[in-house]
Amino acid sequence: MAEHETHRYDVIVIGAGGAGLRAAIEAKARGLSTALVCKSLLGKAHTVMAEGGVAAAMGNVYPEDNWQVHFRDTMRGGKYLNSWRMAQLHAQEAPDRVYELEAWGALFDRTSDGRITQRDFGGHRYARLAHVGDRTGLELIRTLQQKAVSSDIDVFMECKILRLLHDDSGTVSGAVGYWRPSGEAVVFEAKAVVLATGSIGRCYTYTSNSWESTGDGHAMALWAGADVIEMECVQFHPTGMVWPLSVRGLLVTEGVRGDGGALKNSEGRRFMFDYIPEMFREETADTEEEADAWYEDHANNRRTPDLLPRDEVARAINSEVKAGRGSPHGGVFLDIASRRSPEYIRRRLPSMYHQFMELAGVDITAEAMEVGPTCHYMMGGVRVDPESQAATVPGLFAAGEVAGGMHGANRLGGNSLSDLLVFGRRAGAGASDFAEGRDQPPSADPSQVDAVLADALAPFGRDGGENPYDIHHDLQSTMQSLVGIIRTGSELEEALDKLGELRERTAKMSVAGGRAYNPAWNLATDLPSMLTVSTAITQGALARKESRGGHTRDDFPAPDPELGKLNFVQRQTSERGDGAPIHIGPEPLSEMPAELRELLEEGH
Amino acid sequence: MTTLDNTTVTPVVIGAPRGGPDAPTLRQDRWWIQPLVTVTVLTVFVVYSTWAVFVNKDYYVGIAMHRDLISPFYSPCIAGSCVAGAKGTAIVANWWRITPALIVIGGPLGFRLTCYYYRRAYYRGFWQSPPNCAVADGHRRYTGESRFPLILQNVHRYFFLIGVFFNVILTIDAVMAFRMPGEGGIGVSVGTLVLCVNAILLWLYSVSCHAARHLCGGHVRTFSTHPVRYRLWKLLTPLNGRHMQFAWASLIFVALTDLYVRLVASGTITDPKLF
Amino acid sequence: MTDAMPEPTPAGAWTATTTGAEVAALDDAGAGPRTFEPGPAEEEEPTVTLRVWRGDPSGGDLVDYTLPSEEGEVVLDVVHRIQATLAPDLACRWNCKAGKCGSCSSEINGKPSLMCMTRVDELPEGPITVTPMRTFPILRDLVTDVSFNYEVARRVPAFAPPPAAPGDYRMQQVDVERGQEFRKCIECFMCQDVCHVIRDHEDNKRQYAGPRFFIRYAELEMHPLDTNDRRELLRQRMGLGLCNITKCCTEVCPEHIKITDNAIIPLKERVVDASYDPVAWLGRKILRRHKRSPEEAAAHPR
Repeated sequence: MAEHETHRYDVIVIGAGGAGLRAAIEAKARGLSTALVCKSLLGKAHTVMAEGGVAAAMGNVYPEDNWQVHFRDTMRGGKYLNSWRMAQLHAQEAPDRVYELEAWGALFDRTSDGRITQRDFGGHRYARLAHVGDRTGLELIRTLQQKAVSSDIDVFMECKILRLLHDDSGTVSGAVGYWRPSGEAVVFEAKAVVLATGSIGRCYTYTSNSWESTGDGHAMALWAGADVIEMECVQFHPTGMVWPLSVRGLLVTEGVRGDGGALKNSEGRRFMFDYIPEMFREETADTEEEADAWYEDHANNRRTPDLLPRDEVARAINSEVKAGRGSPHGGVFLDIASRRSPEYIRRRLPSMYHQFMELAGVDITAEAMEVGPTCHYMMGGVRVDPESQAATVPGLFAAGEVAGGMHGANRLGGNSLSDLLVFGRRAGAGASDFAEGRDQPPSADPSQVDAVLADALAPFGRDGGENPYDIHHDLQSTMQSLVGIIRTGSELEEALDKLGELRERTAKMSVAGGRAYNPAWNLATDLPSMLTVSTAITQGALARKESRGGHTRDDFPAPDPELGKLNFVQRQTSERGDGAPIHIGPEPLSEMPAELRELLEEGH
Repeated sequence: MTTLDNTTVTPVVIGAPRGGPDAPTLRQDRWWIQPLVTVTVLTVFVVYSTWAVFVNKDYYVGIAMHRDLISPFYSPCIAGSCVAGAKGTAIVANWWRITPALIVIGGPLGFRLTCYYYRRAYYRGFWQSPPNCAVADGHRRYTGESRFPLILQNVHRYFFLIGVFFNVILTIDAVMAFRMPGEGGIGVSVGTLVLCVNAILLWLYSVSCHAARHLCGGHVRTFSTHPVRYRLWKLLTPLNGRHMQFAWASLIFVALTDLYVRLVASGTITDPKLF
Repeated sequence: MTDAMPEPTPAGAWTATTTGAEVAALDDAGAGPRTFEPGPAEEEEPTVTLRVWRGDPSGGDLVDYTLPSEEGEVVLDVVHRIQATLAPDLACRWNCKAGKCGSCSSEINGKPSLMCMTRVDELPEGPITVTPMRTFPILRDLVTDVSFNYEVARRVPAFAPPPAAPGDYRMQQVDVERGQEFRKCIECFMCQDVCHVIRDHEDNKRQYAGPRFFIRYAELEMHPLDTNDRRELLRQRMGLGLCNITKCCTEVCPEHIKITDNAIIPLKERVVDASYDPVAWLGRKILRRHKRSPEEAAAHPR
């Protein structure tokens, strides 16, 4: 057996973003030995990037808000593809999770009577987002991090997990990975494993995600035989920065348009007026005068088309660029400079002002921004039991972005941070219950460990092979151009072929240098996850022959009511592991209880 | 609850190899300018003020010139050796025969020596600890302000109070400078303005002090339950942000004030009356 | 698994040259968007040279990498392009590339800086020196072992509010704002790196929390609901007295937190209140003021 260190825990949590931290805190609080394993340093996870806030129906600003309204908003936003039970639990438990953070030291912005204040956001009927300026994610992760540290949870930082381990019965029993600083192998034996590995953004060229978002959890779950659902539902945020290259994909908040910014093409035309879909025509302004008047007077004017749902705006920008009316660097213009005073812009959008000033040298009070769609969020993920977050293989749990179902086909802003807290806690509890009920000590077959490590180290044994950076670059371009915002059947087929070729190339990868903190090798070990996830996204997109939420098919531009009742489930059946075929099939959504259905029908 | 118990020394490996070239600094900008300017200005001030303190003459412009101007280095003049006119009403040290400035200078000097800004300036400039950011410390051993004598820096708040006392005296001096003795009545000369500006700068320097900001309100845990302290704190905070500028401005101006009084008193120049 | 600590990669392998030597011409490795074309022959294209420290605990050296320059780049972009073309194993820590996570701290031209927020076109002409943070042990190339900071973090006594039902805490905006400034901290540890107390005096690491954690202590001491008193701890174990307020931490903070003025000096003054000020001591004796336990505070809110 290959040389490695071994650690034994009741519960290990993979990923130290909001969901992972919350899960670990819960398991530890229940008295279980708990380890938190993360690819980066503690506190650097992508959760820090969240700006807007945590959606929770606390009713501090609008007392009429309650979980029922939040539930309905979430379901409508998700185009009814959500797991209704997750959406219900989420809406019911989010306020307590926020108050819990407060008791752990979080300093949310306050109302005048000293409560946590809440802000408006797209898709939410009432002002509902608890926030700290525009750095809520940082506050959330720091609070959880400090709580985890004071709870004495063992943290394994800069430790990449390669694969889950299972015992003879197929129950997940741990994981194998390596320390990034030394390259040495490490094995965790655990009675239960929680996946909290976040997103898949690094499969795309333009993404708001950090390098860690390589879909490790999605892939490892598949390789372990677990189901994943709705992998086709990827959210593209319409406004990411496109220039300079350095910041391509970095988010430009929806607040810019909310505060008066307008989208324009290279001819200076406000093109969104040409892209108002039939179903929004009633409620959307069709003249610039009316749209501009709406900012001041919501009652007598209709909403500006610049604030149509994210998928509509992203599609429109895409079309303008394709028609040759884009900006010099392949986006469109977002202009607030000519529409609002410099003082107003600096006061309302301080971080945007600094982001453009410091990174792009663009003064947004004087000139227009260049923006384009950027890969932002993964709605799909591991299929879980809503109560315990248990995956479909025993011993495995998932929470946060790696879990699927909660957000359906499209996520509302603010619902991701509350998702992390609510289901992070539930996953920690579910894993604890499972671990307590497991009498056999977990044991991993040494041959599994050997095989995984041999695979991971193989690139060192080759000479003059493929450069992992090149493969990653090609993977990103493939996904960006063929499985991007707008998809068609033929392009998706082409993408599957190309992904197959890329997989063959990974078998020829070579890496020079040693194992200690070698980024080329680290990337080489991330590529299998990205390839598996990309394949699942493409297969899902091919299967869902309709347009719904984050998934848009050029060849099936309308939603199909029948498909709206189905989840596309993917799983590796007979053969498992990296490179094995992934089976895909539709499964009906579970029946919603009548009282919840009534909630959805109210207010229509 | 105090949290001192059960806290151990941070378990950290000492002496592990570090990265980067073994050079005192890799900075390419002219980082030495800042400490050099500090050393130069402070040295000039110390030399000048030492001379001004020990010269023991020309520190007061009196009735002979129809003015009432006293150098800030010599006020309050409470020694028996003070010249007529400058002498305060409450002489406490009649036996004092050497320069009266020595009685006075200790208070303001202590205030500036223990000032959080000046500490930064002279630790960087004179003590080279460190000369500038990311430039190697000039000393092998370092105990900061944790031991005698530097632990005495913690008395800064008392020197702040002493500084305020001197500000009151110098403010009275500035008010008195509006009198034109022997000429009768009230007027404004350049000397009046110099003493006024000096007093204003000294007040700004004092109230922008970090200890003042702490004492007036910074020490409370909840501002919302201490509205008056909060308003004071809000008032002092922006001034505190300019403490460095006030420190330099008041230092230089105090010397210039002495110089002006000295030039007038020695008859080198006359103090023009403005109105 | 025996080759866990490999030799440092020979720098010359990819046409990189050690400092002072001529930059060697590179093979044109085929077409493609990220193909590197060397400059020296046809001097038309503007280039950028990064002088990167490469090495590990056994030693290292500065190595020059020259690439065609691209508009609007930050130093981290150039590092990434070097990784993709010239030196795939160049170690560098990064995450968000937007100045929000604080991972890519290094020293650029000798100054602690975030690589993702330092634009190449704002640096002076000539090679850009990029070295790892000096204060922490080296792991490899630009990556240092920052575990010291996590050890200090473990020693911060936790926030201790009085017990209350969910949603029953009340705090005013003016009271949380002071703490919010400190909670902007992205833990880049550049303040720890630049602080000469540990940068130049290694032994102090055992007994010095450093600026990052002084702001953490300040946040807790100023938290409207906290009931702990950490002042003696700061004085006796966390080395607050070692700080000589030379303010470099404030100068390097990418979040522009006024570390010295708003955290360290207020803490020093609080320690004076607790330990050095005889009048304050007398006042406490006479008025019998003492810190209250969470239960007391809950029973009798002030």
